[in-house]
Amino acid sequence: MITKLATDVTTLAAEGATEHNPIIPLWQEVVLGLIAFSILCFVLMKFVFPMMEKTFAARVDAIEGGIKRAEAAQAEANQLLEQYKAQLAEARTEAARIRDEARADAEGIRQDILAKAREESDRIIGAGQEQLAVQRESIVRELRSEVGSLAVDLASKIVGESLADEARSRGTVERFINELGTAGSAGGRR
Amino acid sequence: MIGQSIVLAAEVPFPPSVEDFYLPSILPWGEHNSYWFTKITALLWITVAAIIIFFLATYRKPQLVPTKKQWIAESIYGFVRNNIAVDMLGKRGINFAPYLTTLFVFILLMNFWAIVPFAQISPNSHIAFPAILAVISYVMFIYIGMKHHGGLKYFKHALIPPAPWFILPLLIPIEFFSTFLVRPFSLAVRLFANMFAGHMLLLVFTLGGFAMLNANVWFAPFSVVSWVMTIALTFLEFLVICLQAYVFTVLTASYVQGALADEH
Repeated sequence: MITKLATDVTTLAAEGATEHNPIIPLWQEVVLGLIAFSILCFVLMKFVFPMMEKTFAARVDAIEGGIKRAEAAQAEANQLLEQYKAQLAEARTEAARIRDEARADAEGIRQDILAKAREESDRIIGAGQEQLAVQRESIVRELRSEVGSLAVDLASKIVGESLADEARSRGTVERFINELGTAGSAGGRR
Repeated sequence: MIGQSIVLAAEVPFPPSVEDFYLPSILPWGEHNSYWFTKITALLWITVAAIIIFFLATYRKPQLVPTKKQWIAESIYGFVRNNIAVDMLGKRGINFAPYLTTLFVFILLMNFWAIVPFAQISPNSHIAFPAILAVISYVMFIYIGMKHHGGLKYFKHALIPPAPWFILPLLIPIEFFSTFLVRPFSLAVRLFANMFAGHMLLLVFTLGGFAMLNANVWFAPFSVVSWVMTIALTFLEFLVICLQAYVFTVLTASYVQGALADEH
């Protein structure tokens, strides 16, 4: 059996050696291989891989563009925020200023009103006092004449005699009134 | 391959040979010396068509917010663009990302046929395809170097390292050998040999199972072990497939990086 195998081997090996050498390329295969590989290279390198590069570039662009857009939006938002903050602070100081002003105004108005009211009251009081003095004066004057006539009347009634002598009577009345005045003032003081 | 193996179970050709990599032509059917339309070239065209259809379909109407399919297509491109091109070449890497991605996807799918049921052979196990890609990488890095440094100055820059003059006679041949002679071969052979060996390994364990079964029925348990190994090796092969596609792309990028470098 083994010898048979061995002879097979030798015959086959001999055949192989005579017919083909695996180290020497077959020119038909070289031609076909060149054509096939050229076609493959042409199609892939012209239509497929450049497209892939383009897609990669577009993808990078999309991502980086998105990042840039986001950054721009963020910056804009920050700027707006700053602006709003500044405006708010401004408004706050403005409001405080207005409030202070209003307070000052109110104080001023109050002082004015108070001053006016005081003045007015002084004025009213003064007028009242004046009026009172005038009235008192007139009353006193009236009373004086009235008291004179009354006293004269009374005196005439009591005495029952007409005082013929005018000058005497006037003197009497004057004296009487003066006495009365002093008595009155003494009584008023009392 | 499995179908073929079962048919041939009565008389399994064991061990597998180089001839197992040269399958009969599809059109004209069964021809042994016609290579224009074989399983290998059919897989090549299917690979190219599948990649083109996938990318055109998923990237017909690109949107800023990607759909699931668009996201997958973008992830593939983004992986090579960011993890290989930009990582190694900096900003300039973006210009090379389309080619590097095409290269990566092409190698990955070509390799992947090695473990797809009913295909189960990678066109990259024929050296023609790795050789084409390696030559393109070779021409590309030399062209870029000449463009960047200005014509023949590139060779001066690439060949003469900043070293004492007396050591230059030793260094220049080494630099020339490693940069301008070995690079295309190492690139092509690395990929080809990995896929070749991977296919060979799978063949050995698959056919070996049948061979043992044929030799003696009592070997059946060993056949089962052999086939389990095939499945395990398929997973290993998947790792190799991804790794080799990545390595080829990274090395191409690194050659370009070397050509663009201003310091040594």
